[in-house]
Amino acid sequence: MTEVLDTGTALGRPIRRKEDAKLLHGRTNWTDNIQLPGTLHMAILRSPVAHGRITKLDVSGALSRPNVVAAYGAKELGDLNGSIPCVWPVTDDIFMPGFPALAVDKVRHVGDCVAVVLATDAKHAVDALEAIEVEYDTLPAVVDMEAAIAAGSPLVHDDGSNTCYVYNLGGGYEEAAAQADVVVKRRFINQRLIPAFMEPRAVVAAPMGMSDEITLWSATQIPHVLRVLLALVTGIPENNLRVVAPDVGGGFGGKLQCYREEILVTQLARKLGRPVKWTETRSEDMVATHHGRDQIQDIEIAAKSDGTFLGLKVTLLANMGAYLQIITPGVPLLGMFMYPGIYKMDKYSFTCTGVFTNTTPTDAYRGAGRPEATYAIERIVDELAAELGMDPMELRRKNWIAHEEFPYTTVAGLTYDTGNYEAATARALELFGYDELRAEQAQRRASGDPVQLGIGISTFTEMCGLAPSRTLGALKYVAGGWEHCTVRLLPTGKVEVVTGTSPHGQGHETAWSQIASSILGVPVEDIEVIHSDTGRAPYGMDTYGSRSLAVGGQAIKLASERLVEKARIIAAHQLECSADDLEFVEGTFRVKGDAEKAQPLGAVAFAAFTAHNLPDGVEPTLQAEATVDPEDFSYPHGTHLAAMEVDTETGKVRLRTYVAVDDVGVQVNPMIVEGQVHGGLAQGIAQALYEGAFYDEDGNPQNASLADYLIPSAADLPSFVTDRTVTPSTTHPLGTKGVGEAGAIASTPAIINGIVDALRPLGITDINMPAAPMTVWRAIQAAKAGGAA
Amino acid sequence: MRISVSVDGTVYEDDVEPRTLLVHWLRQGIGKVGTVVGCDTSNCGACTVLLDGRSVKSCSVLAVQADGSTVTTIQGLSTGEEWHPVQTAFKECHGLQCGYCTPGMVMSTVDLLSENPSPSEAEIREGLEGNLCRCTGYHNIVKSVAYAAELMGGGSR
Repeated sequence: MTEVLDTGTALGRPIRRKEDAKLLHGRTNWTDNIQLPGTLHMAILRSPVAHGRITKLDVSGALSRPNVVAAYGAKELGDLNGSIPCVWPVTDDIFMPGFPALAVDKVRHVGDCVAVVLATDAKHAVDALEAIEVEYDTLPAVVDMEAAIAAGSPLVHDDGSNTCYVYNLGGGYEEAAAQADVVVKRRFINQRLIPAFMEPRAVVAAPMGMSDEITLWSATQIPHVLRVLLALVTGIPENNLRVVAPDVGGGFGGKLQCYREEILVTQLARKLGRPVKWTETRSEDMVATHHGRDQIQDIEIAAKSDGTFLGLKVTLLANMGAYLQIITPGVPLLGMFMYPGIYKMDKYSFTCTGVFTNTTPTDAYRGAGRPEATYAIERIVDELAAELGMDPMELRRKNWIAHEEFPYTTVAGLTYDTGNYEAATARALELFGYDELRAEQAQRRASGDPVQLGIGISTFTEMCGLAPSRTLGALKYVAGGWEHCTVRLLPTGKVEVVTGTSPHGQGHETAWSQIASSILGVPVEDIEVIHSDTGRAPYGMDTYGSRSLAVGGQAIKLASERLVEKARIIAAHQLECSADDLEFVEGTFRVKGDAEKAQPLGAVAFAAFTAHNLPDGVEPTLQAEATVDPEDFSYPHGTHLAAMEVDTETGKVRLRTYVAVDDVGVQVNPMIVEGQVHGGLAQGIAQALYEGAFYDEDGNPQNASLADYLIPSAADLPSFVTDRTVTPSTTHPLGTKGVGEAGAIASTPAIINGIVDALRPLGITDINMPAAPMTVWRAIQAAKAGGAA
Repeated sequence: MRISVSVDGTVYEDDVEPRTLLVHWLRQGIGKVGTVVGCDTSNCGACTVLLDGRSVKSCSVLAVQADGSTVTTIQGLSTGEEWHPVQTAFKECHGLQCGYCTPGMVMSTVDLLSENPSPSEAEIREGLEGNLCRCTGYHNIVKSVAYAAELMGGGSR
C-alpha cells in the first residue's frame, strides 16, 4: 500500500481525503437528517397519466385525516404556485411554456405534481394522499419525437407547438459532400438516462432567527444559483433567503436544478410559518428528477478516398420532455460545439430541434451534450473507416489536430489551447496491446469462434470550465461563469478558504486545501474549506460542467496570492525592511541574505489581528478575495480503448479490458482524478450496456424503479486500466483542465464501437443502446437472415 | 408494538407501528442517521446494517423483527478514534466519493470478510452485488475490500 501523505506543500500529491473520516463513520449531515421542531412533512400527489385534463381535484378529504395540517392543489395555492425557471432561452423565438409547481388544468407527464399534503409526520402525509379526490380526462400522449413534430400531433402545451426551438450553426456541408469521394450517413439513438445519484433529493425550509430569513437546506449542486432563482420565483427578498447544501450524495447534473419541490417547500414554510420538509422516494425520483440525453442523431460525414475529412453534418432531435427546466434547451448546444471532436475539417452544418413530449423533463446529466456529441462523431468515424477499409486508429491519426498545431480553432469555432493526442494514444495502445488484440481478432474470425472479439476506440476531447461569461451571454444564457474565493488567515494561524463551488463527492475540501497550502505554506490540515452555504460563502456559481477546479481553482490561487502580498507588506513593516527584500518560502517571510530575520505567516496574521503595529494605510485583518472569469474553456482529451467479447450465439457481451489514458492537464490530486475517471467510465459504460429509461406509447414509464432500471453493480463491471498524460492548459493559470465528466463522455462510443467491430463481418453496422443480450442477439439474427442490423 | 433492540451497544426500548421498517426506526426512532435510505425496492443496499452479526438491508426488515436482536450500524463499527480496518482501507484506497453508499458498502464488506477472509476480485465483486455505488465505478471499492482483507490478516487472492 502506498504511504499516507498528510502534510506539506501539497500540489500534485495523492493526499487522502479530509472528507472521509465523517463519511466513513456515519457522522454525515444529509438533508434528510435535519429534524427541526414543529416540522411539517410534505407528500406529493403525482399524475399517474402522461397527458390529461384534471377534471376534478378536491383536496378537502385529506384535511380530515389525522395529523394533516394543510393540503393544496393549484387553486388553493393561488399566487404561491410559482413557475419553474428556465435560464437558457437559446433562440429569440423559442417557445417557453409555463411550468407551474402544481399542475394547472393539465398534467403533462407521469409524475407531474398535482397536489400536496402537509402533516406532522411523513407517514400521515403519505397516507392522506389517498383521500384527495382527483379525476383525469386522459388525452393522447405525445412520446415519439418525430411524431410530435409531425402535422396533426396532439399538443403537449395547448398554447404553442411541440417544437420548442430550432437552432442552426455553421453551414456549407453540401459543398464538402459534393467534393467527397465517400459519404457515410447514420442515425444514432442516444437514449434517455436517469441520473440516479444515490442520495434521493430532500428539501427542508424554515423561518429562522429574529429576522424574516428563510433558510432552505437542499440536496442540491447549486445553492448559490438556487438562491437567486428562488428569490425571483417566490418574491422572497434575496437578502432574506439563505440556501445551504449540506452533505450531498452525488448529483451528476441531476441536482443542478431549481426543482418545483424546492419552490413548494419554501413557499409553504413561509406561508405556514414553520419548517416544511420533503424527501423523495426512489420511485418518485425516477419520474420527477430530470432525465438526461434522449436525442435522435442524424450524422453524415464527407471524406476523400484517402480518408481526409471534408465536412460534417449533424441534425438532432432533442427531447425536452414536458417542460423546460433550468437549462433544458441549452444541453444540446453544449454538445453542438463538440461534434467535430479532435478532427480537422472545413465544413460543419448543425441543426437541432428541441421537441416537447409527455415525458419527464430532460436536463444536464454528466457531460450534458458532450457525451451525445462524442458518441456520434466517434461512432461515425469508425463507420467511415469500415467504408474506406482503413484501420480506425489510422483514420483518426490522419485527421486529428497534431500537437504542434495548437492553439487550433475548430470548424465549430472553439479554440483548443493545448493537446497531445499522439502521446495519449501511444500510451493507450501500449497499455492495451493493440496489435496483439487485432491478431487475436483475426484468428477468432478465421476460426469462426462463436465468441468474437472487437476493439472499440474513442479519441475524445470535451470543453470544461464553464465558462467565460461573455461567451455564455452570446449564447443567451442568463448568468455568468465566474467563480469566487475568499481566503482568511485567522489570528491563530488557521486558514479559511471560502469557495463558491459546491461539492457532492468530488473532494473539494481536500483539493482546495492543497492549492491554498501550496501557496500559503500552511499545512493542509490547518485549512478549512467553507462551501455550499450562502450564509457563510455568499458568492459562487457552484459545481457542474467540470468547472470547479478549472474556474474555482483559479480563484483560490489568485486570492491566496493576494493574501500573501498583503501579508508581505505587514511583514516588511514588522521586520523593518522593504517588501522587495522579503522572500516567502514555506509559509515564512525571510529577509534575503539574513536568515535570522524572518516572520511566519501565522505571526503576520496575529499582527494583523491585534493591529497594534501595522503600516500606515494597511487595514487590520488578513484576508483576500478574488472573483475570476475564465479566459476560455479548457479542453481535456484522451484515448480510450475497449476489448469487447461478443457471444454470437447468445448475444451476451463481455467487457474484457478497458484502457483509459486521459490528459486533464495539471493534476492537483491524482488519486481524486483517477477516482473521477473511474466513476465516469462506469456511467458511460452503463449507457452503452445497461441503462435506458423507456416509455410505452401511452407515456407510461417502463422501468422507473431501481428494480427495473439497471444501474450496474460491482459484478457488472471490470477493473479499469487508467493512466494520464499531462499537457498543461495555457488558458488556466494552474494548468488544470477538468475531469469530472471525461470518463462518461469517452467510454460510451468505445464500448459500442467494440461491439460493432466484433460483429462487422456479419454485416452489422450499428447496435442500439443499451446493448443488452437480447438487443445484440436480435441484431445478429437479423444480419444472418440478410436483413438490416 | 413494544420492542427492545441493542443498537451499537445501547439497548433501546420503544413502541413502534408494526409497519415500521428497521431503517426508519433507526433513523427517525433513535436518531441513527448514519444509516441511510437510497431506494424503495431493496436494490441499493445503502441501508445495510449487521443484525446479530450478519448483514441485512434494514429496509427489508421490520423493526419488530429486530426485537431482542443486536444491531450494528456504521456508527457503532468503531469509536472514531480507533478505526475498523474496513474504514481505514476505504480511506486509503479512495473507496468513496459522495459517501452515501458508504455505510452500506462498509457494513457489507465487514460481513463479506467475516465469511471469506481472503476473497478473490471476482468474489469481492459478487459479494457486493447488492450494494450500488454511482460515484466510484467500484474500482477503488474492490481495492478497498482487498486491502481490508490484507489489514485483517486474510489478504486477497
